[in-house]
Amino acid sequence: MLRSILTAIFLFLLWYLMSGIDKTLTLGLGVGSSIFAVWIVRRMENASEYDSLKVHLHPIELFKYCIWFLLEIFKSNWTVTKVILSPKMGINQNMFKVPFSQKSDLGQTIFANSITLTPGTISVEVEEDHFLVHALTFLPTDHEALAEMNNRISKIEGNVTS
Amino acid sequence: MNFLNDMLQIIAWVSILLGSVLVIIGALGSLRFPDFWSRLHAASVTDSGGVILLLVGMGIHSGFNLITFKLFLIGVFLFITGPTSSHAVANAALVSGIKPTKKKQKISGNDG
Repeated sequence: MLRSILTAIFLFLLWYLMSGIDKTLTLGLGVGSSIFAVWIVRRMENASEYDSLKVHLHPIELFKYCIWFLLEIFKSNWTVTKVILSPKMGINQNMFKVPFSQKSDLGQTIFANSITLTPGTISVEVEEDHFLVHALTFLPTDHEALAEMNNRISKIEGNVTS
Repeated sequence: MNFLNDMLQIIAWVSILLGSVLVIIGALGSLRFPDFWSRLHAASVTDSGGVILLLVGMGIHSGFNLITFKLFLIGVFLFITGPTSSHAVANAALVSGIKPTKKKQKISGNDG
């Protein structure tokens, strides 16, 4: 029940921040739609056969990862930009396997999306314990860089109780 | 105070311009690269660096108010949907059998 109330308050805050209008009618519609949305979600959770997904992420680790990841994005942006602008493009394409150690679906999704978001690498396929990754300018050091990313994301993920 | 404001405006415009340059470079890459897989990579320059710099620039330019928050939310959602759609396209290409054109074309294991 507490969780539903908190969700409704959060949704209403989101409504208010997105609209920025403080007329009574608008705020009233916001309250009504937040409560309606929470009611629908509760109904869906009751009807579904799965338990509600509870994944714990460490906020501080997540923040540290975001900073590190932004720096990585800019570094690889620079690499890919150099490849695009150089007269003879030094493309060395390769498909390779990247093992992951995340337990939860959310952790694996963060890892796969991080790989794709970094210019120069795209996660193509998800297997049992590894991703298939396609790289534009493949270097042998890519394995270590991706292993470091894997460790950092595993640190974000706390004890998983799904 | 006025000086600080000027500095913020300059930072904003520099990052908007840099972001636009990255978007153009991404488009150029999509034209120049030889095959499907490498073009996907060129598009991801636009997707990550260009979007970040443009949104940061616009956020600073507007001052810190509701617009900044909305731009931040746009960035968060683009960071979730962008890679997901890239992955969907890449996976569809793999399933339909488009192979990367490559001299030593192989799927290597972790040890190289």
